[in-house]
Amino acid sequence: MPNDKIGSSSQPTSDKLSNTHIPMWLLAELTYACPVQCPYCSNPMDISASRKNELTTDEWIRVMRQARKLGAVQLGFSGGEPLIRPDLEQLIAEASSLGYYSNLITSAIGLNKEKITAFKAAGLGHIQISFQGSNRESNKLFGGTDSFEQKMMMTKEVINQELALGLNFVLHRDNLHQVKEFLVMAESLGAEFVELANCQYYGWAMHNREHLLPSRQQLQDAEDVTNEFREQYSGAMNIFFVAPDYYDDRPKKCSNGWGTTFITVTPEGDVLPCQSAKVIPDLEFPNIRDHDLASIWKDSALFNSFRGTDWMLEPCVSCPEKELEYGGCRCQAFLLTGDARNADPVCSLSPYHDKVTRVTDVAQQPLDSEDKQPLLFRNMANAKKLRAQKTEAS
Amino acid sequence: MSDFDFDSSAFILNPRYQYQWEEAQQCNVLLYPEGLIKLSGSAAEIIQRCQEKITFSQLIDKLKLAFPEADGIAEDVKEFLQDAQRQDWIVESAD
Repeated sequence: MPNDKIGSSSQPTSDKLSNTHIPMWLLAELTYACPVQCPYCSNPMDISASRKNELTTDEWIRVMRQARKLGAVQLGFSGGEPLIRPDLEQLIAEASSLGYYSNLITSAIGLNKEKITAFKAAGLGHIQISFQGSNRESNKLFGGTDSFEQKMMMTKEVINQELALGLNFVLHRDNLHQVKEFLVMAESLGAEFVELANCQYYGWAMHNREHLLPSRQQLQDAEDVTNEFREQYSGAMNIFFVAPDYYDDRPKKCSNGWGTTFITVTPEGDVLPCQSAKVIPDLEFPNIRDHDLASIWKDSALFNSFRGTDWMLEPCVSCPEKELEYGGCRCQAFLLTGDARNADPVCSLSPYHDKVTRVTDVAQQPLDSEDKQPLLFRNMANAKKLRAQKTEAS
Repeated sequence: MSDFDFDSSAFILNPRYQYQWEEAQQCNVLLYPEGLIKLSGSAAEIIQRCQEKITFSQLIDKLKLAFPEADGIAEDVKEFLQDAQRQDWIVESAD
């Protein structure tokens, strides 16, 4: 046998995708079309109703081949709602033959027993189904579709067919109190993984932030409930609780470090270091129709713009932790300070930290609905309205 | 974690995990929902032999055949398998 001791091999060197400069993850946003209207969607706000410029099947296959060559191993089919693409089964089969582990990230609207069977046969590894609420009414209220029964049925069907299943529940001010109900439901269905992800403030969620950001107490209560549940049902279900970074003292690394791990390809073929990168102005977004993925990953101005630490400003430059968080999220830095090179203002050392604390201070108060702009749901009509307002303003 | 005794039961790589060589990383890996485990050379030698139903003694025989110069590997292999079982990488083979 090779020389390394077997005993030490039982602790593999890494259980996370953190190998620098290999794009381990390809997120394929197949379409922005979606039957769900989540007001916390991270998609850009200027989504277009037209699908005529979406990448073709052959173009997606080319993207998958090129990313695999660079070392990508995890593939997420996402959107919008990826089930809307009629070629999904074909793309899954291609991904499988290339050696990807493929994950389908879906609302389950449009899913059925036959499709699950076909996707499994094509080599799909894992399905993640999102819920917008823990019961029929709240799921309808936050998702804008009456889809709770469908999601329940499909969850059961995925488990029946023995595919790995994760449930995703996006948390915010109006549903954090439902965590227990959701966990009980997930446990009774037999889910292996549950992600309780507080929404992060980009895209539509940024627009609706005032409505969505919970109070500290709400978060604490939800975490307590989650921990109690974990103790009660130890081992049966893996639960991940993702807190909103607005309540942290240190920012989270941008996509595990800008240009280190992730590649996102948008429905029309733009290649991004993270899903939200388009909010940063003055960046050029290379398109897969014009460039090879390897040259985009290695040489493009976009992927090199925030790689490493050379781009940093103070206080990051002289910060001893700069290689831990890499200054946090570039999109958040831009959205809250107007300059993407600044420290993510979630960091308590940022001179703009008050941009976060002012918002979190307000979130400790009870909702006063009269002062608020209405919650804006993510749909094509609202996207169009916003585009018109933007044009008018400029 | 799957509950079985690999002294008496045959086992197999958990179908949730995908085992393969990764050229870009120059190592064997196990892929699972949204994650990856890098395997050392010796871990890979064991895991690759668990892609089909196997018993502990069959595994030791196969490893001895492949690596005749290595002695006394049974204890190390067992230790690895116990850990692999805890992590759910291997499961009891149903048939």
